[in-house]
Parts: sequence; C-alpha cells; structure tokens
Amino acid sequence: MEAATTTAAKPAAPAPVAVARDFLAKYGLIIFLLAMPIAFGIRDLSAEGDLSRLGNNLVDGVSNGAIWALVALGYTLVYGIIELINFAHGDVFMLGSFVSVGLWGTFALTVATGALGLVVGLVVTLFVAMIATGALNVMIERVAYRPLRNAPKLAPLITAVGFSFILQNVGLLWLGGSPEGVTDLIESQDRFFEVGGVVITNGDALAFTATIPLVLGLTTFIARSRIGKAMRATAQDPEAARLMGINVDTTISFTFLLGGLMAGAAGLIYALYQTTVWYFQGFQAGLIAFTAAVMGGIGNLRGAVLGGLIIGCIQQMSDNRIGGQWTNAVVFGYLVIIMVFRPQGLLGEETREAG
Amino acid sequence: MSAVAGRLRAVPHAQKLLATAAILVAVLVPFYFGKGSPQIDDATLAMAYIGMALGLNLIVGFAGLLDLGYVAFFAIGAFTMGWLGSGFFSQAGGEGVHVLVSEPASNLPGIHMNFLVVIVFAIIFTTIAGMLIGLPTLRLRGDYIAIVTLAFGEIIGRVAINGDELRIGGIWDATIAKLPFFEPIGSAATLTGGRRGITPVDKVDLPFVERFVALDLRPWYFLALAIVLIALFVNFRLRDSRLGRAWIALREDEVAAASMGVPLVKTKLLAYGTGAAFGGASGAFLASYLNTVNADQFQFSFSIFILGMVILGGLGSIWGVVVGAIALSLLNNYFIPDVFNTWPEKVGLDFDLSQLSFGIFGFLLVIMMVLRPEGLIPERRRQLELEEGIGAGATAGAGPTLEGGTGKHGEDVYETRRD
Repeated sequence: MEAATTTAAKPAAPAPVAVARDFLAKYGLIIFLLAMPIAFGIRDLSAEGDLSRLGNNLVDGVSNGAIWALVALGYTLVYGIIELINFAHGDVFMLGSFVSVGLWGTFALTVATGALGLVVGLVVTLFVAMIATGALNVMIERVAYRPLRNAPKLAPLITAVGFSFILQNVGLLWLGGSPEGVTDLIESQDRFFEVGGVVITNGDALAFTATIPLVLGLTTFIARSRIGKAMRATAQDPEAARLMGINVDTTISFTFLLGGLMAGAAGLIYALYQTTVWYFQGFQAGLIAFTAAVMGGIGNLRGAVLGGLIIGCIQQMSDNRIGGQWTNAVVFGYLVIIMVFRPQGLLGEETREAG
Repeated sequence: MSAVAGRLRAVPHAQKLLATAAILVAVLVPFYFGKGSPQIDDATLAMAYIGMALGLNLIVGFAGLLDLGYVAFFAIGAFTMGWLGSGFFSQAGGEGVHVLVSEPASNLPGIHMNFLVVIVFAIIFTTIAGMLIGLPTLRLRGDYIAIVTLAFGEIIGRVAINGDELRIGGIWDATIAKLPFFEPIGSAATLTGGRRGITPVDKVDLPFVERFVALDLRPWYFLALAIVLIALFVNFRLRDSRLGRAWIALREDEVAAASMGVPLVKTKLLAYGTGAAFGGASGAFLASYLNTVNADQFQFSFSIFILGMVILGGLGSIWGVVVGAIALSLLNNYFIPDVFNTWPEKVGLDFDLSQLSFGIFGFLLVIMMVLRPEGLIPERRRQLELEEGIGAGATAGAGPTLEGGTGKHGEDVYETRRD
C-alpha cells in the first residue's frame, strides 16, 4: 500500500500492471480465503434462499478454530523466539487431552455430578492439565532443543520430530490405538441458543468462553509483564538481550511453559468438545495448528489466533461440502498456496526466512 | 567408531577394500540362507530402503533441502507399478494392454508392462513430481521447505487413500484415449485402489531370466542389490560432478553459491528430481516385491523412517546412509518384532513392542542428534562444520554461527574432499 501511495503522489502515474500487482500481493490471499465462503454462500442463497447453513458452518468453524488457535499460539511463541518448528507441540496437546480425561475418571465426573461439581472439577482439571503439559514442554526443551541451540537448524527440527514420535507412542501405550469415546460432560451437541437458524451448541459456547480469556490473558501478559518484555527482546536479538542482562535460557524455557499451558487448555477443551480422544489427534492437530500459525504469520500472536479461526472455518466447510476425508488435503493445499504467494502470512512481517 | 572411521580414511585403499568386501559379502549372503528364508526377505527390504535413503540423501544431505515428504515419491513409484503392471485398469484395451511381458501376465486383462519399462516410467513420473514439488519451495529456505514438502507428502497420501473416489476413466476415454497409441480404460476406472489397495501386482519379469516367484526370494534380492549398486554408482558420480559440487555449495551458503554463479533454480530442481527418481525406482520395486500398492504404506512416519536412516548414518555421507538404512530397516523388520519383542514380557510388562517401533525411532533420532549429530559415518566436510559450530558456540554463545560453514577449515576441507 505504501508503495502504491508514494508512486501515486509522484507526477508520473503508476503503471496499471504495477498497481494491480501491489494490490494482489497485499490482498490476494485474503480474497482467496474469502472465495470459499462466498461461493458456498451464493449456492446456499440460490438453492435454499437463506444463509443459515453457511452461518452454522462458520459458527462451528470458529469454535473449532478457537482450539486450533490455542495450539497455534504455542507454535508461534516458540517459532518467534528460537525459530524452531516444534513438531512435538501437537503431541503435547494430545497428552493434555489424555491427562484431562484421566482426571475426570479420578474425580468421577459425570453429567450427574451437578453444575457446581462439574465447574469445580473442570477448573481443577484445567489447571492440572495445563501445568502437566507446560512442565512437559519445558522438559522437552531441556532435553531435546537446548543442547542443540548452536547446531545447524536441521538438528532441533529432527529432535522435535523424534520427540513427536515418542509422545505419540506414550499416548498409544496409555489409551491404545483406536479413538476412545469420553463422557460427554457438557452435552456438547445440545443447543445453547439459536439466532435466525444458526444453532450455537454448548460445545461452541464453551470453546468461545474458555478461549477468549486465555488468549487475552496471554497477549496482555506478553505485552505488559517484565518477562513478556524479556521474551520479545530475546526474540528480536538473543545476543543483545543477553548483554542487557536477560537470562536467555530462562526466557526460552518460560516461552515453552506458556506454549505448553495453552496446549493443555486446548487439550481439555478438545476432549470436552469432540468427546473422543486418541493418540494420533495430536499429530493431525499439530499440522493444522501449524498451518494456522503460518497463515497468520508465524511469530505473530494475533496472527495465530486469526489463522486458527480461518482454518477452523475452512475445515468445517470442507467437511460439510467437499467431504471430511478430503479436509486434510484441502488444508494442506491452502498451506502450500500461502507458502508460495505470501510466506510471511496475513499479519506477518517480511522476514529473512520468508526471503 | 569415529576413531576407526578416521583411521580407515587415513589409509588410502582401505575404503575401497572395505567396499569390495561389503559387496562380496552382500552377493554371497543369500546362498547361506534358504531360498525363501525371512533373512533374505529382511535383506531385500533393507536394499529397497537403501535405494530410497540414497535418493533422500541427495536432497537433504547434498543439497541441504530438508524434505519431510519423501514418501510421496515412494507412493508415485509404487502407483506407477500398480497402474502399469497389474489388472487394476481391467477394462483397458478390451483384452488388456501388454508390453514385453511373458506368461501368465500376457493373458490377463489390464495393463501389463515389463518391469524395466515400468521402472523407466516410474523414474520419469517421480522426477516430474519431484520438480513440481520443488517449484513452490524455490523462494523458501530451511524450515519452510520442510513444511511445504510435508504438506505435499500429506496431500499425496490423502489422494492415495481417497483415490477410489476419483474416477479418471471417463475423462481419460473422452480425451486421452482418442489420441493414437492410447487405449480406453473404461469409465469406472479410479485413480487408486484406496485402502483396499492394488493387488496382485505383476512379479518382475526380466529378459533372459526366469520369471520371479514369491517362494524363491534370491532373484528379488539380487535385483535389489543391482538397484542399490547402480544407485551407489550414480551417487558417487553425482557427488563429484559439477552438479554435486553445486549442491554442496548450495547447502553451505545459498547466497554465496548464487553469487558465485550457481544457478539456484536449476540446481534445486535437479536435486529434487534426481532424489525423487531413486524413490520412484525403489517404490516400483517394492510394489512388485510386496505384491501390493496400499494407501496405508504412504504415511508421514515413513518419510521420517527414511530420513532417520539418512541422519543415523550421517547426512551427506553415502556409506553412512547405506549403514543407516541397513541398521534401521533391520531394527524395524527383525530386531523389534523378533528379538526385542520378548523383553517386556521378561520384565513383567504387557505390551507389544512392535507397535512402538516409531517411538523407538523417535528416541533414536533424539539421542543421535544430541550425542552424535554427525551420524555414524560422518561426511568429512560436515563433521568439520559441526566441530567448528560447537567450538564457536562455546565461546560466543547463541547465534547463527553455522550459517556460513567452512570458514578457517576451508582449504583443509578442499584438500580432503576426495578421500
């Protein structure tokens, strides 16, 4: 946009081709992202005359995407600070689900427990799951990434993949190889309320109400707190941050802790929302959340949330219109297209990596 | 281990002798075991994996382009075998299409081509696919390449699983079958067999050799050995060629390589193309050997399985990759299911260890990277690079110390490269 305005200010009018190119570079991806909902919206309008189907898809997509957003925050935090794609993050999320499900069993939470009991139980579960995944993430950083801080970038990426496999197999040993149904504590498919044909279920309501404070809390924490400032400084230049008296190692550990906390919360919400858990959910979720982080601009917190919501909607529409078995191919197709045309993502800055 | 390897390098002919001995042993091994023994089966699989690992080594080890979707090339090679060497397109050309095949394939409906023809097609298809996958990554570096290739691998895996919904017959008959030399394949023909897979696949049918059978594994073994030897030869020639040196320059420092006149686009695309071709050839062989092309074979974990071989052996080191491939495939096909599997029971635990093989690989990858990042038999240049990095890291702390590469060891590396 800047380029367009500066050239427009000059006496010579910019070539229309250049203007079009600038415009496409800036808004092309957004237009492309909007194409699918608009196309389906037109089809809904022409066939049924109302947009409730699209509306329902979008609501489901956003609530699903809220979970991806929480996971994507973990990717983006870690990438922002040490430029590492933490492949194990999705599996940390999976273990968050497993811990939550295990705790419900221990507390004997069922639908019959009563509203107060449920709320208390779930809040306790949330805290325990978050602490467990946060600690796990810090441990992984210690064992698998810190010793390789100065190695070529390939090395920590490979240990991340290795750890992903280890955690998957931990999950496999824990709950077996097939998806396991869990108690539907909040009756997630029941109607919470309905506006103009668009149904918002209990699960959707939970996803919104649990995610919004977490995301707001995290962004405020990073923007305001002392250690948040240290994180941003380390992300910008670890060497300079060290000279300024910041303990870089602690800061990086703390970043992993924050990412793990978000993954644990996402794990609990996922288990409540989907009412099934299995050992492979983390890998799938990890790739989807990573796509979300890349779409928003990796390293950018708001971008991760935005990307998560968009990917959620894309998935939902693809599930309902194209067929669920193709959803992953659609998501990865989007990923490739983003990488080709706008590797810095929607909100990201042009970086050296994006070249 | 490294001391032994280092001493071997100091003796100029030791490596040649060792290689000759290894090949001799490889030729003689099948005569020690029975014709259809599981040991030959394991060894044949190991050979096929060596072919793939050597291909991936070209992409990751030589050119430094981290490819996490290598399974895509295995898939394309295997599907080429499935399409051109089975009864999958059963309506094709009425009686079937037969190219240079003998009994009984020449009497069956479907497309049946000689293995040598199929392997040529497999190489062509995978080279094209490799270049197509390489295209979007041209502007990207490092992790981003890993992600794009991973995405492609996943997309091809999805297409393989859901390909039974993709009907290509109608489109083919309406357009391509109208051209000369092309046969109609029937409107019901799908792209893949989905989870049911394509089975049976034609056995290998070579000229002057008796037709391969499932009970006698020796011919399969020797064919796999031949593929490995060709792959090794090509790899060594490529490494020392102009192109190979361009790849290594690219790996060390892309900007410097470009400014010294290495054509980036061509070099990168050729790396993907050649690397993919090995995957395609091995994939076609595996499809025929395993007698099936099944969508479940083409998972992300297989990409990591092959990458693990390359890393275990030592990135960029050809002999290292061979050792890594043998080690990991034997671990997967022999040690975990047959040897270690009784251990949990002995300690009083109740689980199936073979289920956890990828957990064990993951563990190996982590241990390997933390303790010995250069691999079992490191490439000399890379070892220097890593040593330099550790030295620099100790004094200067965090920072992109390894972006550059050779530095003060530059001349040293140049002198010892042709060892």
